[in-house]
Amino acid sequence: MTNTIVVTDRLTKRYGDRLAVNDVSLTVRRGEVYGFLGPNGAGKTTTLRMLLGLVRPTSGTATILGHAPGETGATARVGALVEGPGFYPYLSGRDNLRVMARYQGVSDNAVEDALRRVDLVERGGDAFKSYSLGMKQRLGVASALLGEPDLLVLDEPTNGLDPGGMADMRKLVVDLAAQGQTVLLSSHLLAEVQEICDRVGVIAHGRLLAESTVAELRGASTLLVRAQPVELALSVSMQVAGDDAVQLTDAGVRLELPEERAPELARALVAAGADIHEIRPTERSLEDVFFEMTTDQEENR
Amino acid sequence: MSTATMTGRSAARGETRAVPTVLGGLLAGTRAELLRLRKWPAVWVLATVWLLLNLTFAYLFNYIAYSTGSSGFSNEGVPPSALLPDLLPAAIPSVFTSGMPMFGGAIMFILGALAAGSGFGWGTWKTVLTQGPSRLSTFGGTLAAVGLMVVGVVAATLALDLAASTLIAVVEGQSIVWPALGTLAESVGGGLLIFGMWAAAGVLVGVLTRSPALAVGLGLVWSLVIENLLRGVGNLLSGIEYVTDVLPGTAAGSLAGALGAGGSDDPDGAPGVLTVLDGRPAALLVAAYLVVFAVVGALLMRHRDVT
Repeated sequence: MTNTIVVTDRLTKRYGDRLAVNDVSLTVRRGEVYGFLGPNGAGKTTTLRMLLGLVRPTSGTATILGHAPGETGATARVGALVEGPGFYPYLSGRDNLRVMARYQGVSDNAVEDALRRVDLVERGGDAFKSYSLGMKQRLGVASALLGEPDLLVLDEPTNGLDPGGMADMRKLVVDLAAQGQTVLLSSHLLAEVQEICDRVGVIAHGRLLAESTVAELRGASTLLVRAQPVELALSVSMQVAGDDAVQLTDAGVRLELPEERAPELARALVAAGADIHEIRPTERSLEDVFFEMTTDQEENR
Repeated sequence: MSTATMTGRSAARGETRAVPTVLGGLLAGTRAELLRLRKWPAVWVLATVWLLLNLTFAYLFNYIAYSTGSSGFSNEGVPPSALLPDLLPAAIPSVFTSGMPMFGGAIMFILGALAAGSGFGWGTWKTVLTQGPSRLSTFGGTLAAVGLMVVGVVAATLALDLAASTLIAVVEGQSIVWPALGTLAESVGGGLLIFGMWAAAGVLVGVLTRSPALAVGLGLVWSLVIENLLRGVGNLLSGIEYVTDVLPGTAAGSLAGALGAGGSDDPDGAPGVLTVLDGRPAALLVAAYLVVFAVVGALLMRHRDVT
């Protein structure tokens, strides 16, 4: 069995003179949680729709589990929740899932399992139209889980959820990943992706700006030093970490130095007679990286 | 299931979807759509409205006119005693389709338009098209389910007509003469064609407009107003009748007319019932429309971006 579940090659979608998705080439590997990251309107949903065969690409190709998007070999093995849950408002949550179960050829027992996994068993008999936004979202996830797909595509799954619901959703994804489920998850909430994704693709204005692991994107960890006098702290830091690895910022002196060398730095500062107020490791959040990237792109436009 | 681990595994990993064949997908789609259509209150409302219309106009009003000796609704100048034969079981084949070309057809159009058009606004097309069956299988399943609903409505109409006419025969002390099976089958087949055509038209317009409200509105204006206007113009201006003679409503009305729906004394009596075309060409034209509507709808669904 191949280890790549999704491969796209220069996938492009043009609506009139607007490029919604522009030359996106991404890869999702078996067993990973892939975060598809970008602001609203960046082209995430359009890309996912193309992967699911709902929208035809203007150019470029996509392969899902070895099939073209929309072929039964692909759609039957993919569970999806794209741009909000779409269900029959007059049917109960349970009946909605039964309709999907019939489409998939799985039994009604699978429906009960799916309801249990998103904690909707008790409200399963109520009409979909009476559900809160969060319950509708959970039913969408239940429908995606139905039939044990090889690939789970979740478009903004925490949309409309309260903090508790968000935490539950994250836990669900983490649990699924632990069982080896491949998940392709889109989000505009960077903190969310940072916690649960193995790899991320960053998209803005239809272009894939970067694709790598979360750790790679954030880069090496840094140390922040606040010490007096600043000039002395700066020169000592340069001796320890090298001239290019030191930066003077508003917060203090920032060093590209692994955390393990913090004691060495502290000793050198003390020996030089500096007063140390604080030495702590800092990490760039995905958010910092993301804003850096999107700002760079704005400037290049 | 001997060890705890295995139970745990099987609980975590449930039933797996299969990759469907074309036919398997079509059957799966039909089952799924039947489930959601038969649990849809709107479908029951439409079916009930049609059955009540049919009962009222085919039997109730005429029976009241007959039993009170008055000449009321749409039968002015007809002596009351002449009304009775049409109310008896033997007349079912000619009465059966009288309300179908226009009023029943409009209701079936609404059924088809709602079944296909609502899915765009609700986002359910998007959901069902990602379940596994191909687009054609999925749309075919919807068509088949709507078709089975039409069959159910036609069967219920027949049952109702049989019950009403038998009751009238018993109350009026008439001997019960059943209609000939062949002519009855012709009428039921004609009814299926007329209703099937209008329902398929509704599905097509629902897919075209992606909106149930717009589809229903357009369908009603077309079937109740525009076709009648065009036929009116066709009587005045020569040339236009070549077009109006082959419109869906003309074909459906002519099919009903050929089955005797207009009554022997006044073939154009019931609204929408016509005698423009003969029975066979009318039936073929209605069947052709049904197929064309279904195929065009399927092609649209197959190629369209679903957003």
